[in-house]
Amino acid sequence: MAHAIGKKSNIHMNESLQARGLTKVYGSGDVAVHALRGVDLDLYQGELVVLLGASGSGKSTLLNILGGLDVPTAGSVRFQDHDLSVDDDSVLTRYRRDHVGFVFQFYNLIPSLTAKENVALVTEIAPRPMTPAEALALVGLAERVDHFPSQLSGGEQQRVAIARAIAKQPDILLCDEPTGALDSQTGILVLEAIDRVNRELGTTTAVITHNTVIGGMADRVLHIADGLIASSERNSDRVSPRDMAW
Amino acid sequence: MRALDRKVVRDLWHLRGQVIAIALVIASGVAVLIMALSTLEALRETSAAYYERYRFAEVFASVKRAPQTLAGRIETIPGVQTVQTRVVRFATLDMPGFAEPVMAKLVSLPPGGQPVLNQLVLRSGRFPDPGRHDEAVLTEPFAEAHSLIAGDEFIAVLNGNRRRLTVVGTALAPEFIYSIGPGALMPDDSRFGVLWMGREALAAAFDLRESFNDVALELNRGVAPEPVIRQLDDLLERYGGTGAIARKDQLSNWFVMNEIQQQASMSRLLPTIFLVVAAFLTNMVLSRLIATERSQIGLMKAFGYSTFEVGWHYVKLVFGITLLGIVIGIALGLWFGRINTNLYATQFDFPLLIYRPSTQALAIAVGASLVAAMSGAMGSVRRAARLPPAQAMQPPSPPVFKHSKLARSAIGQWLDQPTRIILRHVRRWPVRAALSCFGLASAVAVQVLSLQWRDSLDYLSQSYFFDAQRQHAMIGLAEAQAIRALHEFEHMPGVLAAEPSRIVSADFSVGNITHRGGLTGVVSGAELQPIFDDQRHATIEPPAEGLVLGTRLAEKLRVGVGDRVWVKVLEGRRPEVQVPVADLIETYIGMPAYVHFDALNRLLREPPRFGYVNLLIDRQREAELFAEWKELPMVSAVMLRQAAIDSFNSVVVKNLMVFVTMFTVLACALGFGVAYNATRIALSERGRELATLRVLGFRRGEISYILLGETGLLIVLALPLGCLLGYGLASMMASAFDTELFRIPLTITPGTYGLSMLIILAASLLSAAIVRRRIDHLDLIEVLKTRE
Ligand SMILES: Nc1ncnc2c1ncn2[C@@H]1O[C@H](COP(=O)(O)OP(=O)(O)OP(=O)(O)O)[C@@H](O)[C@H]1O
Ligand SMILES: [Mg+2]
Repeated sequence: MAHAIGKKSNIHMNESLQARGLTKVYGSGDVAVHALRGVDLDLYQGELVVLLGASGSGKSTLLNILGGLDVPTAGSVRFQDHDLSVDDDSVLTRYRRDHVGFVFQFYNLIPSLTAKENVALVTEIAPRPMTPAEALALVGLAERVDHFPSQLSGGEQQRVAIARAIAKQPDILLCDEPTGALDSQTGILVLEAIDRVNRELGTTTAVITHNTVIGGMADRVLHIADGLIASSERNSDRVSPRDMAW
Repeated sequence: MRALDRKVVRDLWHLRGQVIAIALVIASGVAVLIMALSTLEALRETSAAYYERYRFAEVFASVKRAPQTLAGRIETIPGVQTVQTRVVRFATLDMPGFAEPVMAKLVSLPPGGQPVLNQLVLRSGRFPDPGRHDEAVLTEPFAEAHSLIAGDEFIAVLNGNRRRLTVVGTALAPEFIYSIGPGALMPDDSRFGVLWMGREALAAAFDLRESFNDVALELNRGVAPEPVIRQLDDLLERYGGTGAIARKDQLSNWFVMNEIQQQASMSRLLPTIFLVVAAFLTNMVLSRLIATERSQIGLMKAFGYSTFEVGWHYVKLVFGITLLGIVIGIALGLWFGRINTNLYATQFDFPLLIYRPSTQALAIAVGASLVAAMSGAMGSVRRAARLPPAQAMQPPSPPVFKHSKLARSAIGQWLDQPTRIILRHVRRWPVRAALSCFGLASAVAVQVLSLQWRDSLDYLSQSYFFDAQRQHAMIGLAEAQAIRALHEFEHMPGVLAAEPSRIVSADFSVGNITHRGGLTGVVSGAELQPIFDDQRHATIEPPAEGLVLGTRLAEKLRVGVGDRVWVKVLEGRRPEVQVPVADLIETYIGMPAYVHFDALNRLLREPPRFGYVNLLIDRQREAELFAEWKELPMVSAVMLRQAAIDSFNSVVVKNLMVFVTMFTVLACALGFGVAYNATRIALSERGRELATLRVLGFRRGEISYILLGETGLLIVLALPLGCLLGYGLASMMASAFDTELFRIPLTITPGTYGLSMLIILAASLLSAAIVRRRIDHLDLIEVLKTRE
């Protein structure tokens, strides 16, 4: 893991992902829902951003667009030379495959594959992956590699999901309420894993949460309200998840 | 409408793809059942009514020549109600504008015209005037084939005399529903017909005044024919009786009954397959639906719905699916039934073949499909109804997977994860995988069964028309002739070779088993019509002593090589001897028995005589030869091989096309139904998993592989299994169709297997393509939002 060792300062001030004037409208006419109303956002290389906001404010919508799961109704998203605002499945798939790691609230592991195999699923198709064992070690699950999802606890499953997301050494790691289904102690273990990946691998990371406490671990906290970024604040110090409590 | 009923309708709509796929399989079963039952009814009822109305006789016998006074004694046989004596002979006809000699069976009519038994259905014109010797009524199809109407004339060679006859009418008769000429396998209306003429005219022509050579009996109600036949044989023996037969052995009736029998076996075997598969599909879909609705079921129960109400709700759903299948099936079945019946109408000469499916046939089909679908659904419905509400409202625990030896093995290390997913799923739900595989295999099997008919009939025609018969023509003589008469044939224009043979009717018996059939005398070195064994695929020399029996006859008599058989010849001096079986041969047509030509003549205590001559002909001089035959008094029958082959092919090809098309549709419905449901259910169960993979960056093709790969794997397994099953099915059908007159050789060419697999593969691929479209439209975000 030579590539991962010794990176102290993660934040290089060049942007990794750049979004301009993002709007997203679901439906049309009377029932049209404006989920995003013109969001400008830059994610800088190596930073950890936490997105906070009320339910229905548009967090997931934003994250899905940044991750290439969805396209905006208007506005642009660029990652390196990828234009992510065009509804072209093969472009978006290639972007997700080569550059993005996802973690979701409900783990979404493949039940018929063991922990290691779930990770291997991704490393097999990635251009420069680490080994599944390395990825699982990084999230503290070296002991559990041959267990099926049905044999793992919720927190363990979520850490497998993180290992799966980072095993390809993605440029961007996107987590939508990764602790939403977990109790606080388990949640902290999961956040620690994310924190460690961000620090050691320098992966640009965005985490959605409802929990303001979690904002402490970020370089930057963005408040989303009613489809807009209402405020952005930079933490001078990142709190280690181990020192958080809720 | 109550809320729950509305849910039934919505569920049916929501599951419409699967509902249609299952309904198609049910429909196929219903269609075959209705087709077979309704055709069977049409044949059975039409022939029964026809026989009854036109007094089809129950016992038939022919003699050489018996005095008319014998009729009175026949009447005294207990059980006999009506006796009909006739003059019946074969003759060749010279039809205007038709080069080949045409064969006719001449049947006498009493002075009144309409006989007491075996009555005619006059289709046009009138009966012959008893005073005129030149008037004839023709079978309707024969008249049509030659475009003859009342008033037209043609030439008949009656006992060597060319006579100009006038058509006075056309008719049909219950004894000639299936009218085939001697040596033919299929009716050929242009080369064989029946002619009815006045008794006086025929008696004069054939020297049978005050005599008869054919007798038919009607029995009192409930009298078994066997004792009557025995006594009739005793009476006729002195006059050259060749053995009476019961109605069931009468050729035309035999074919009609045989078809009825075949439809009956079809109505049992095929619908069973379709309905079993339908049951399994219903089970699969319902189990899945109930799994997704667990919490709803829990909720319903928590609200106070009873176990029965919950169960009834799902029963209604199954009922909806089945109903759709039944409706489609009935429509399809009635249509197929009509096509099928019309095919019979062209082969069988009924005055009117009424296609009127009974409500009973429909009720059987409806009942059978309901039973099948409900029995498939019962298990899951019961499980759903019995779910305790508290447990039902919890999400089902995730499926538990286990490590397999394969994954740990050396090969296993090479498997990529998607392949692992496929294999683990098959292993996790082995019963479901096995049943899907079986369903697909059944589709292949049904396809093999339908295509295999062509192979069997090809084989049959190859064996019968080419391997066993090598002559161009076979001539039957009115009377057996001394062997020197063979020279006459040899010297005819264009005859390249002539080979004599002799056929006598005989009773073969061992213990108390008796078979009435023909005994054929074959000359040494026979080349034109040798003894041919289909097993060894070689000709067999007639042994100097002893019998060569067809295996089917040997089986009936329960004899093998070396056993002795009593042979009682029913002609000439009617000798009776015990003969050892020298050899057995395999044939598909008839139950032949052969002896050496010389041995047969010795047995008859006659100088060498022949009754048939097989000829090889120079095609260039055919016309000359035919013209000569038309004049020849000793010729009573002419069989042309090419004509027989042509009529066989034209009938077979037409029927096969229809049959194969129907069954291909059904087999495809089966294959599609199974593949679609298997894949669609997998998609519904694993949509979330597949969406996750898409999020992880897998392409559409890659996740399609996971889903369709599983079905693909099952198909790959099902294809060879289906071929095996198809072989089994074909052999079951072949044994169901195994009759004394012919058997279906069980041959299946590699091409048939290949084509069957391709067709079902295509049907499965179609279903895969439809599901694939759904995979492409998988909503990635939707599935990730919620826990299943
Ligand atoms: N597929 C959709 N169709 C219509 N409206 C949608 C759809 N998805 C989201 N919305 C609407 O867009 C808005 C933003 O939704 P989004 O899921 O981004 O919210 P969120 O901030 O993630 O909320 P939560 O914290 O509850 O997850 C909501 O008002 C939601 O109702
Ligand atoms: Mg959200």
